[in-house]
Amino acid sequence: MAIAKIAYGRRAFIKNVAYGGGGMMIGFSWLASCELSPEQVKKMPKEWFTINGYLKIGENGLVTIQSPNPEIGQNVKTSMPMIVAEELDTDWDHVIVEQAPLNTDLFKRQLAGGSQSIRQGWQSLRMAGATARQMLILAAAQTWEVPASEITTAAGMIYHEASGKKTDYGAMASIAATIPVPEEVELKEVKDFKIIGTSRKNVDGSKIVTGKPLFGIDYKKEAMLTAMVVHPPAFGLKLKSMDDSPIKNMPGIRAVFPIQTHVEGYNIGAFDMNAFNDLAVIVGDSTWEVMQAKKALQVTWEDTTDQVLNMDMFGRKMDVRFPAGKENTSTHQQIMETMGAKKAKTVRKDGNPDAAFRNASKIIERSYSCPFLAHNTMEPMNFFADVTEDQATLVGPIQTPEIMERSVSNRLGIPVEKIDIQMTRMGGGFGRRLYGHFLTEAAVISQQMKAPVKLIYSREDDMTQGTYRPAYHAYYRAALDADNNLIGFHVRAGGIPESPLAANRFPAGAIDNYWAEEWTVDSNITVGAFRAPRSNFIAGAEQAFLDEVAEAAGKDPIEFRLSLLDKAKQQPVGDNNDYDAARYAGVLELVKEKAHTNNDPNVFRGIAAYFCHNSYVANVLDMVMEKGKPVVQKVYCAIDCGIVVNPDAATNLAEGGVVDGIGHAMYSAITFNNGVPEQNNFDKYRLIRHDEAPKEIEVHFVKNEIDPTGLGEPPFPPIMGALANALYRATGRRHYNQPFITDKPLMG
Amino acid sequence: MAKYSLNVNGVQREVDVDPTTPVLWVLRDHLDLVGTKYGCGIAQCGACTVHLNDTAVRSCQLPVSAVGNQALTTIEGLSEHGDHPVQQAWIEKDVPQCGYCQAGQIMSASALLKSNPNPSDEEIDAVMHGNICRCGTYTRIKAAIKTAANS
Repeated sequence: MAIAKIAYGRRAFIKNVAYGGGGMMIGFSWLASCELSPEQVKKMPKEWFTINGYLKIGENGLVTIQSPNPEIGQNVKTSMPMIVAEELDTDWDHVIVEQAPLNTDLFKRQLAGGSQSIRQGWQSLRMAGATARQMLILAAAQTWEVPASEITTAAGMIYHEASGKKTDYGAMASIAATIPVPEEVELKEVKDFKIIGTSRKNVDGSKIVTGKPLFGIDYKKEAMLTAMVVHPPAFGLKLKSMDDSPIKNMPGIRAVFPIQTHVEGYNIGAFDMNAFNDLAVIVGDSTWEVMQAKKALQVTWEDTTDQVLNMDMFGRKMDVRFPAGKENTSTHQQIMETMGAKKAKTVRKDGNPDAAFRNASKIIERSYSCPFLAHNTMEPMNFFADVTEDQATLVGPIQTPEIMERSVSNRLGIPVEKIDIQMTRMGGGFGRRLYGHFLTEAAVISQQMKAPVKLIYSREDDMTQGTYRPAYHAYYRAALDADNNLIGFHVRAGGIPESPLAANRFPAGAIDNYWAEEWTVDSNITVGAFRAPRSNFIAGAEQAFLDEVAEAAGKDPIEFRLSLLDKAKQQPVGDNNDYDAARYAGVLELVKEKAHTNNDPNVFRGIAAYFCHNSYVANVLDMVMEKGKPVVQKVYCAIDCGIVVNPDAATNLAEGGVVDGIGHAMYSAITFNNGVPEQNNFDKYRLIRHDEAPKEIEVHFVKNEIDPTGLGEPPFPPIMGALANALYRATGRRHYNQPFITDKPLMG
Repeated sequence: MAKYSLNVNGVQREVDVDPTTPVLWVLRDHLDLVGTKYGCGIAQCGACTVHLNDTAVRSCQLPVSAVGNQALTTIEGLSEHGDHPVQQAWIEKDVPQCGYCQAGQIMSASALLKSNPNPSDEEIDAVMHGNICRCGTYTRIKAAIKTAANS
């Protein structure tokens, strides 16, 4: 039994700063209208007793648990409360889950990003459950006049064995609510977990399959207007003027005006990033009417000039350059090839790489690239805003509510205490909704209209406004000695406008002579974090390159990696290696065991493994040729992300990562012609579809007792390498440039 | 503007809208039936799928003026208690991640099973090709369709 001091989110455990003792949560009138079925209402308690900021218990034993973080499809709305319920030691069937309000006093890091929700919430969620359990025990001890140490709990019941007394949590809730918060609590041993590690269904599942209004875009309020924005058609252009005369008298149109999202002097932060600050706005009664007016609006654009924004990047001031001009994909490709061929900034150097390459018997040299990508969440950007003189209510899909709260407060001139941001379920995030300019836009529009407004982006607006995954390039060189030992490794990676290099990750530490360089080139095309930022390219490139090196060395691809990892384990080179070689090897061993040896000459196998966002993933991808076309028959995925909270949901997330990785590597790209994104909807932007997904995906987790490390991102990057490697075996061609569907094979 | 009387989920609903208004926006903006989702507006993603009589159609491309007396069914009306075999199979397989596309997936799948109660993998692929899931739940969707077919 572990005794832990309450150190996380201390204020969350102080009663009365939480929502009021009785009563249901306020807000979400429209979204909450379908929260409970009549059956559930019957089961609802007469009174709720707030135990702490995370949970309240009804007199009938029902428990309401607040899920603090935004839900983007990673299933935290189920798995975070599971952790609370585990330590509370209640029955999962007694639990109702609610999306917590944004409250930075109560909750720590109400953010969806970096695969961090479970990892960073782990301790405070356990504490929330454990302190409540302790308070219930103390309440029973007081009532029964027995020592608390003799009391046990199980599945929402409280027992005193010696006297034979027992009761349930509901009966003790009112007393527990009056007990001082304990300074220390006992946390369960992993072996005693009854909820964590068992599969529990999505708490919103039945609402999703019956079409209940869960998403921001579904939100409604009486007298609400609909707004859309018009942004420049190309990067390198900005709004000059607009003529509202053709549309202002169109049916259902209320107002047409320009806005500035950020105003002069505002300290722009990383998550305020927007490509088009000046926008034309159309406000009307209904979406279709506004869409019609949008087509007819006359706007004049002008060229931008070179811009330097002094941005606040997570507390560090940085100049970010947005050069003038209209960029082209063909030019980007040339730039990347040029940069990849010349010396860049050295980030890490071990041993003497020059000598290793001079003395090599064999040198393998390859370059890889990938295009810009749009996040394309299925629910386009949108936000509801109701801004009055002195307060603002904002409802919608946002991954960074606590950051945007400060941002919008600054923009509106309304104190942060008077800003209420309510989190809705999100129709996908993938990093896109970290950047909340659309929330600020909605607020500015509502302030100007003096009315509640819902801003909606059309798919075209959404896909052409930037915040893309950057275009990346990586040049690799490997030196083999006469015995085919890997004696030198060189990576030079860069991108527009950001480098994907992770210099201290594998194979750094496994090779005596190692050299990593990076470069960047500015662009006026805005970029943002996209599921597993940087790793989402460099993993696939590196794993495809290692496959070629293994082949040149005449070694099995898994054994080749394992021998490098063994070296990193036994005699690591350098002391900055940011991975655990044993856990890395562990996922390769697991996937090797599960996939067995492939003896079928018609099955072509690709291998890859990667470590990012604190977790380890290895893939085996089996491909077959059907009617001359490569088909992914089966993917084996082995993952070490520590303790798995909700195995079936984790499996689902990993399956999605696999499909997502294959899809983007194979099919997707945003390209530019004279600054104009050439794909603006799903007719031109190709996303993976049903028939292109693997026929079967098998996910295995390494079983250990390591605190959870994160799962949203790690399964996404390595599969791209496994795909490239399987394609080579199936077709004889190596693919170097994503998307592979349009890649011109350079060799093979 | 023009008045229409629509049979939606078995109930006659009156709306006064521009005749070109797609059923998608009539449902979402005028009838408070927001289970039908906007994803692309050009019939490429399937998020807005509804049934017109028993056929799956993309409501973003169906002008209200073209509906006439035909019966519209949305995700809200697929079953009275959310217990259509396809909905049940979706719960059993715990299909959704973000959930946004799933109403459209379910409407496509339920129309498929109505016309073809035991579809092959290829037949499932052919119909479901039009529904994008950005989270990548395709293998679970296929498993759920087979579960529903067998129920």
